[in-house]
Amino acid sequence: MQNNEVYKDINEDLKWAQINKDVLKSMENPRKGYWISVAVCLFLIMFAVVGEVYQYQVGMGAANLNWPHMWDLYIATFIFWIGMSHAGTLLSAILHIMNADWRKPIYRFAEAMTTFSLMTAGLFPMIHLGRLWNMYWVLPYLTDRGIWPNFRSPLVWDAFAISTYLTSSALFLFIGMIPDLAICRDNARGWRKKLYTALSLGWRGDDRQWRNFRRTYLIMACFLIPLAVSVHSIVSSDFAMSIMPGWSVTSFPPYFVAGALYSGCAAIITLFILLRYYFRWEEYMTIAILEKTAKLTFAIAMVWTYLNLIEFASVWYGHSAADKEVLLAKFSGPYAPFFWGMIFCGSVVPFALAFEKWRRHLPTMMVVSILLNIGMWLERWMIVTPTLSLSYHPIAHDVMWPSWVQWFIVLGSFGWFGLLFLIFVKVFPAVSMYECKEMVLHRRELANKEISPVMANNPGGGASIGGGSPAPGVANKSPGVEGS
Amino acid sequence: MSLSNLIDDWSRYRKGREEGGFHDYEHMWGMSIDLNKCIGCNACSVACYAENNLAVVGKEKFEKGQGMHWLRLERYWDEPDLGEERTTEFQQHGASFLPMMCQQCNAATCEPVCPVAATYHTPDGLNAQVYNRCIGSRYCSNNCPYRLRYFNFWSYYEDSWPAPLQMQLNPDISVRDKGVMEKCTFCVQRIRTVKDTARMEDRKVRDGEVQTACSQTCPTGAIEFGDMLGMYDPETGVAETKVTRMWRKHQVEFGKTKQNKQTPDMRGYRVFEFLNTDPCVMYLDRVREV
Repeated sequence: MQNNEVYKDINEDLKWAQINKDVLKSMENPRKGYWISVAVCLFLIMFAVVGEVYQYQVGMGAANLNWPHMWDLYIATFIFWIGMSHAGTLLSAILHIMNADWRKPIYRFAEAMTTFSLMTAGLFPMIHLGRLWNMYWVLPYLTDRGIWPNFRSPLVWDAFAISTYLTSSALFLFIGMIPDLAICRDNARGWRKKLYTALSLGWRGDDRQWRNFRRTYLIMACFLIPLAVSVHSIVSSDFAMSIMPGWSVTSFPPYFVAGALYSGCAAIITLFILLRYYFRWEEYMTIAILEKTAKLTFAIAMVWTYLNLIEFASVWYGHSAADKEVLLAKFSGPYAPFFWGMIFCGSVVPFALAFEKWRRHLPTMMVVSILLNIGMWLERWMIVTPTLSLSYHPIAHDVMWPSWVQWFIVLGSFGWFGLLFLIFVKVFPAVSMYECKEMVLHRRELANKEISPVMANNPGGGASIGGGSPAPGVANKSPGVEGS
Repeated sequence: MSLSNLIDDWSRYRKGREEGGFHDYEHMWGMSIDLNKCIGCNACSVACYAENNLAVVGKEKFEKGQGMHWLRLERYWDEPDLGEERTTEFQQHGASFLPMMCQQCNAATCEPVCPVAATYHTPDGLNAQVYNRCIGSRYCSNNCPYRLRYFNFWSYYEDSWPAPLQMQLNPDISVRDKGVMEKCTFCVQRIRTVKDTARMEDRKVRDGEVQTACSQTCPTGAIEFGDMLGMYDPETGVAETKVTRMWRKHQVEFGKTKQNKQTPDMRGYRVFEFLNTDPCVMYLDRVREV
């Protein structure tokens, strides 16, 4: 059996200054691989732009939508990205409240993922509108004509919920980053210096600031959790509130939330491995943390599977012929390959996470996490499309496949997300420095190690926990990294 | 723009709901369609194209399911149970036809889901579609169990009416461009004209005065159109019309998810009544010898 020493969440002998150095290094001049990734993302975005410009010019028919396939991949991918956004909140807010401190090295990029996937998701309802130029009519803006949006419509709730969630999660990401931005400020030159000086809001790292910071962070976390749950419940009500067979399912809100956390966790694993590889962050993104994330994903996968079965059972034992027909068509109709693909990726593949050996094997985890996300994307598609192809009215039964325009825009959305994320990791610290330091300190206390008086104040031999000078109580006053 | 407007509207809406919903109505337009009389000639559909400036999308787009036929004639083959050996002759009884136009549901499923309130219930009991307000989210069509809403997937104007065909467009109704949802309006422009005339002459709208294009065109008179307010509330003093008499005769009532018919010769039904959409179109079942 492997040595347990190897699989610690974080090495407690890590120097604080070393943490600063490692993370700040990730923001320095990018290597070749970075530029290649940026080029790939831009290439994908170009596809989407071509598709969207064409569709804007000629109409929605370009997307091969028809009667009755009024919605298709756009809405499915919209739900997919909204779902992706839930993982950041799970890691940063829910696990924060539950005092699971292993989240600390990885929550920053998860939160960035939340914000950026929301920014991607928000594009899709606009792209899918027939008259894109009038999209602001969904908002209750003040107008002389006295026309309000229809507050009974789930699409309006969507607009509110998503914009609220986007604002709050961006704010949460920013607030949690302030001490780190101060560290960056202390070490930056040129335009970066100006940027971080403005963003760190005069953070000096004194007692009062830390106290207020902690309180704000906790309040934001408490605010964000119900918000995250409500956002995906509201997105699910786009379907659950309708009367269509296969859509008006009572269990949809929890089902969507579970699916959201699921795909988000899977995406975290993917990005975890990529970041670990690109930035050589083996010290922070440890195998032990990966394992814990994998366990969490496995648990959520089982919840999702259970809710899936509930849905099938309630349809099966219900007395709606149309509902049954849609369900059977999912099992054996023209969309069956995708449906079974979803079941395979979503309910069978996660069992790989049950084995310790595979949980610790990075390539396996990479493949598994990507498969899980493909499964979750298929799930959203299988929610939207079979119902449209097979609703109540027999004359409107039709099977339609999406055109290149839809595929281009869906692909482009991945490029867009990737580009935002790539910019983020170079401009902002993608690993929370101050929380890694806290974690090191706590672990050291847990390990009952001898803490020398100097170490107790400043175990990093120079660096303070956040940016700025250390708290007034700390004797050893030192500048940033240079002190070590 | 004011909050008081919103509150006023809301209280009016609540009041209407609690009192049964239709008290402020001047009219309530409805239909009765006798499938015994329908011969499936499609004249109603053609008339609808002419009256309502419907785009003619061409064979290719129609096959793709992007047609704009507000009134579609559905064809169903009879398949009587004649035993194993004669199943190939199932078409011997011919087809039955079902002209489907917007059912103008009283509890329309399309209305609450529109994010910008582009579809709403008029005081005439119509399910209106405001083209200018529509942003094309297409949720209404997805939530219509009858699938009676059609979307302008392309800009059809130039293809449908190459010059000088645009001269024959009906000036009373707009031509819709791409990105807008549309559907049968019960020829709302005709209703407006008749109502205006009646108001000028200071009288009530007479029964049969408003004719939709389809009912006017139907060679067998299968489609009856008229005011049904008397049907809903006899105390308002609205006279019986041909349509209300038809509904009463076949014992179809509003607000029910299932009609109890006493004798088999009462043929009235509404499509998908069990969904509680409360449509304003009654069909009379086809009777045939098998």
